[in-house]
Amino acid sequence: MKILIVDDFSTMRRIIKNLLRDLGFTNTDEADDGNTALPMLKSGKYDFLVTDWNMPGMTGIELLKHVRADDSLKTLPVLMVTAEAKRDQIVAAAQAGVNGYVVKPFTAAVLKEKIEKIFERIQ
Amino acid sequence: MSNNNEDHKGLDPEAIEKLRSQAAELMEQVDAGNYARAMTLISDLGEVRDQSLYREVGRLTRSLHEAIRNFQIDPRNAEQQEALSKMTDASDRLEYVVQMTGKAANRTMDLVEETMPKALALKEQAAEFRDDWLRIRRREMEPQEFRDLYGRIDNFFVSLTEEADTIHGNLSEILLAQDFQDLTGQVIQKVTALVKEVEDHLLNLVVMASHVDQLTGTIHELEEQEEQEESPDKGHGPQINAAERSDVVSGQDDVDDLLSSLGF
Repeated sequence: MKILIVDDFSTMRRIIKNLLRDLGFTNTDEADDGNTALPMLKSGKYDFLVTDWNMPGMTGIELLKHVRADDSLKTLPVLMVTAEAKRDQIVAAAQAGVNGYVVKPFTAAVLKEKIEKIFERIQ
Repeated sequence: MSNNNEDHKGLDPEAIEKLRSQAAELMEQVDAGNYARAMTLISDLGEVRDQSLYREVGRLTRSLHEAIRNFQIDPRNAEQQEALSKMTDASDRLEYVVQMTGKAANRTMDLVEETMPKALALKEQAAEFRDDWLRIRRREMEPQEFRDLYGRIDNFFVSLTEEADTIHGNLSEILLAQDFQDLTGQVIQKVTALVKEVEDHLLNLVVMASHVDQLTGTIHELEEQEEQEESPDKGHGPQINAAERSDVVSGQDDVDDLLSSLGF
């Protein structure tokens, strides 16, 4: 299971990376915005994408739309982990095809639950 | 600043007195048909208006400048004093907050990453000894195995003491890594106070400008400002007072409810 973590703050990437490792996912890469993440996704054969929303360059929602529009990526499970908390944003993310939405600040248990739920549904 | 608000209701008394006498003289001169003198008086009147405006703008600018210059933070040691003295404006200071919090977060995570495997190893060793202990109680252990266990227990106690010391030390350091909050809190409070002060000054400037407009009878043609429609893709950042707003979720439970109402 290869996972890409996208967040503009290195501390948040590190927290998510640590939590994922505790859940048994040790194969992770990091990117600091959508512009860096997209080429990595296209060439890297990732199984799962965890992304923030608010980032300079390409935002997480734009990245999600690019992923869903790309034939080789459109089935990639995407979990959004973000401080964006407006209802219309969550609706927009759902319409864009997000698989899970976690608002910051979050707990390890919430992250675990959402990831498990996503994989349950895929299998 | 705010105690001067009354002054903005009109020009200062000296200016009003000047205005009054010049206006009276203007009337006299016009009545007398002395138009050249009347023109000079009109231009003088304009000058009175301009001067009080400039005086007020100058005063506000000075206090604004003063507010920014007085923007200082008390450093606790020489190192901080040096760091803070290099910073001249609010954005530098906020950048410093970002750096300090980032440093503390990374230091904390370094220590956590170092400590977690130690705690895990101790747990695994303890579990092994518990299995051995149960076998002894059930009298299932051979004498040679027991002698071997004897040695392992000796080693375990030595390493347990060492590892517990390291874990304790790391936890203490994690505690100390939170000391950034004191200084960053100070910086943020100062920046907040500065923003508030600048806001007050700007508000006074606006109030004064509207009085000047009233006094001079100026009417501005205000163009309807087109409301800038923000791109919905752009993030808003963390929401403050989420609980008081209906367009914002107040936690993960709200998110889950909303998503399940959408069929998730």
